[in-house]
Amino acid sequence: MPETHLPTQYLPVLLLLALAAGFVVINLVMGSLVRPKRPSAEKLTPYESGIPPIGQAQRRFNVRFYLVSMLFVLFDIETVFLYPWAVLLKKLGMFGFVEMAVFIMILLVGYGYAWKSGALNWD
Amino acid sequence: MNLDQAFFLYFAAMIVVFSIVTITRKNPVYAVMALLVVFFHVAGLYVLLNAEFIAALQVVVYAGAILVLYLFVLMLLSVPREALGAAAHRRWPVYALVGGATTFEIALLLARSKFAPRPGPYPPDVVREMGSTQAIGTVLFTEFLYPFEVISLVLLVAMIGAIVLTKKWTPAQGGEEGR
Repeated sequence: MPETHLPTQYLPVLLLLALAAGFVVINLVMGSLVRPKRPSAEKLTPYESGIPPIGQAQRRFNVRFYLVSMLFVLFDIETVFLYPWAVLLKKLGMFGFVEMAVFIMILLVGYGYAWKSGALNWD
Repeated sequence: MNLDQAFFLYFAAMIVVFSIVTITRKNPVYAVMALLVVFFHVAGLYVLLNAEFIAALQVVVYAGAILVLYLFVLMLLSVPREALGAAAHRRWPVYALVGGATTFEIALLLARSKFAPRPGPYPPDVVREMGSTQAIGTVLFTEFLYPFEVISLVLLVAMIGAIVLTKKWTPAQGGEEGR
């Protein structure tokens, strides 16, 4: 049997996840066992801040939300590449710095375009 | 069965089960939530492979950003649930054919090719010693320098494309009006 490559240092993370999931499950189960259940048509109506609902819940969202989330994804991915770079900055030295500068410069073009075209404005 | 296999089986089983849940939901929002569970368990597989950095990215990028994007696309389309279900039912032979062909290809590949796991320059011990993030960074910023820089171009194209497609252009900005 070769030695295991199981990353044992992640055992606390696993424990935390189990505790979190257990907390949710136990609370929901306990709640459903203890609470009284007397549903009526009035009670089961969906409500929003106590006001009777108007129209359909599934309405079409503005396409601007898509633009915002797309830009978020793209800058998110850019940031992701900064992590290994930041960890290795001392080792990579000037070479790594210039490399990342080029990478960010190219993305700054996109940022500038987003800014200039007004994609960052809501109106 | 040792502990490694037990963990792998758990993650693999959850991925398969929740993938099936994802593709069988009538309500697309439930499907996306099931996909979230799949993404988290894929992250678990990466942790088992001693690829913590990739696992973190899986959670940050896929479970965080890409899933939000999926949700927005669903909300933007706002197709009535019944219509979605009906369309999927009509086209199921096509889906089954594509899925079946892909599965067959993968099975063929696994069965017929001689998969000898050749240790690369970064076996688990080395990676654990230097850290998963450092290992990826070392390779990415030296050996794969040009692909890395090209990534920024790909991101730039996606960024400009999203803006051009979704923005309402006013005549002063030199585009057609009222898209």
